[in-house]
Amino acid sequence: MAVSRLWLVAPVLALGATLAYLLLGRPLTDLTASAPPVEELTVNAVSLTPGEIAVRLSADGSEPVTIAQVQVDGAWRAFTAEPSQTIGRLQSALIRIPYPWVEGESHHLLFLTATGVTFDHTIDVAVPRPEWRAATATALLLVGILLGVVPVAIGLMSYPVLHTLGPSGMRFVLALTVGLLLFLLFDTLGEGLERAGATLARLHGTTAVWVVAVLTTLTLLAVGRRRGAPEGMRLAFFIALGIGLHNLGEGLAVGAALATGAAALATFLVIGFVIHNVTEGVGIAAPLAAAERPSPTVFAGLAGLAGLPAIVGVFLGTAAVSPYWAAIAFAIGAGAIAQVIIEVALFSARRGGALTDPANAGGVIAGLVIMYATALLV
Amino acid sequence: MADRKGPAISRRAALGVTAGAIGAGLAGRTPAPAQQASARDHGGDNRVVGSVNHQRNGFDPHTLLTDWDTGTVSTLPDGRRLREYEVTAGDLEVEIAPGVMFNAWVYNGRIPGPTLRATEGDLIRIHFANGSSHPHTMHFHGIHGASMDGVPGAGQIGRGETFTYEFVARPFGCHLYHCHSFPLKRHIHKGLYGTFIVDPDPALHPDHADVTRSRLLGTPENARWQEFVGVMNGFDTNFDDENEFYALNTIPFAYFDKPVRIERARPVRFYLVNVTEFDPINSFHVHGNFFDYYDHGTTLTPTLTTIDTVMQCQAQRGILEFSFADHEPGLYMFHAHQSEFAELGWMSHFEVV
Repeated sequence: MAVSRLWLVAPVLALGATLAYLLLGRPLTDLTASAPPVEELTVNAVSLTPGEIAVRLSADGSEPVTIAQVQVDGAWRAFTAEPSQTIGRLQSALIRIPYPWVEGESHHLLFLTATGVTFDHTIDVAVPRPEWRAATATALLLVGILLGVVPVAIGLMSYPVLHTLGPSGMRFVLALTVGLLLFLLFDTLGEGLERAGATLARLHGTTAVWVVAVLTTLTLLAVGRRRGAPEGMRLAFFIALGIGLHNLGEGLAVGAALATGAAALATFLVIGFVIHNVTEGVGIAAPLAAAERPSPTVFAGLAGLAGLPAIVGVFLGTAAVSPYWAAIAFAIGAGAIAQVIIEVALFSARRGGALTDPANAGGVIAGLVIMYATALLV
Repeated sequence: MADRKGPAISRRAALGVTAGAIGAGLAGRTPAPAQQASARDHGGDNRVVGSVNHQRNGFDPHTLLTDWDTGTVSTLPDGRRLREYEVTAGDLEVEIAPGVMFNAWVYNGRIPGPTLRATEGDLIRIHFANGSSHPHTMHFHGIHGASMDGVPGAGQIGRGETFTYEFVARPFGCHLYHCHSFPLKRHIHKGLYGTFIVDPDPALHPDHADVTRSRLLGTPENARWQEFVGVMNGFDTNFDDENEFYALNTIPFAYFDKPVRIERARPVRFYLVNVTEFDPINSFHVHGNFFDYYDHGTTLTPTLTTIDTVMQCQAQRGILEFSFADHEPGLYMFHAHQSEFAELGWMSHFEVV
């Protein structure tokens, strides 16, 4: 007993001694004495209001980073920094630059630190930050509903047809669902990793995306299997949840695009998403087809679960979420989709439809192709 | 308003003071501080934030303008004049813009280096010492022999070494010197350059005696002129071979915020040198006025007359002569007429009084 206690304490003491040696003894001074400070800066969000460009910056480095001067379009400009021009490690500051920016044109920002290092950022298309008027809120709400709820509801209307399918037809639809979910998984992971790449290196954004995705998958698998492998209604519920989390990310992307002007053709974008997302509704309906016909409120609930998060995403997106948290949101979505892919595949296998079966493989491929083809509309 | 009532008058006076303090001067008063504030306002918000600590740098662009280093003068046995200068190269962290520190290489602790001024025909000796961590030279644009050229193998010295450059000051004109160690771009843009002015000797130019005397520092004719020296330079703070800052005499917007003062009655002579690295040309443009230009300063009659913009390639230089005698007092901009350079710091004001 005494021995095991010693081995609880000893590693802690050894770690403490090592850290104390590094911090107090400074044995590495020779290596770092002449090294210039390492500086990193990322732009979290840009917000344009009449006569002003506001930029939220995050910094990291071996020492705090000081924004000494700021250029807009190749000219030094007056600016203010809140709370300070000096940004601590992993801290952020709001830089306000009075500037007569031109709507619909590009502007180039350059931040010069006290050590002479420069960081640039391009505003591709300058559009004013949406003002929070009732009309804007209504329009954003409409975008969210069109993006999420409407296409899923349309897709669920396939239920009566699916209900009449024979076993092989059913297996094909399940395989199709796996295909479409695989597409969403790749899409969501890709979005998350792309955003993670734009975060400060020390936050290990891409690793965080993988870790969060795996954690989400394992958690949902565990929760979903507390009462046995999910089938029928419960499986439909998890598919709707996964798709809902995916749609949260999609809404985030669309909201951010609307806010930053990248989506000049908002109508075209929404049309694309409506067509694209109809398939999601078909996927939710698939596991229900084999069970007893659910009540209409169940359908409404599933449509809401899969679609309503898109509305939340759109509103969050316009409010400029930092790339790190957006990446985490996508990671959760990806993890949830991975869980339902596993469950649908197992469900299908239990019904004699292994995905390796040629007909079922065709269904997976069809799902992937349909999703890719409709994604071209977005 | 009841002006006769005491309290009312004092209240109006108080309001007037307030208006003056705010700026624009509603009552038409012209207090000096308001003028100072408006110099910066002319640029809108195109400026740098904060101010440079010239004291910490050890040099001030406003004194550089008229700071002539005439060396130590003595007479040689043969009767010729000997002029000796002391120049030391060193490493210096310079605040080249507010809050922006640049690890520069400097002559005599300043950028540009000292403005060496001699008279045509003087025997020049420059006692050059190197306190910098890198080898350096002083390469003069002038007439001299190969051994005095200030290039590797002919006047390049390492840390702690010394070398004496010796040559006769000719031809007269507005010249420059710079480090010619390699890599050349790096040695120049880090700050190793300065102006070398050779005043014409009136005895050698009897046909243009008046002009010559006005150019010769120390004569009464010369004292009438307001002479300035300006080196157009730039700084590449992130070493990507593009300048982040442009300026006249190093500090961006220095003469914009605090203008160069010009007395209307006196003519102006501007010794202008371009050492800007990375960009093919630089330029000088003055508002509301025209000037005569002496390319390289090696002639006594202008090479260009009545122009308001002049272009110089790197190492090109010249003398500008102009007058504000008939102008209304006020602020007159002068700047590079590459708008890019102007907005990145090479933007200045004359304040004509």
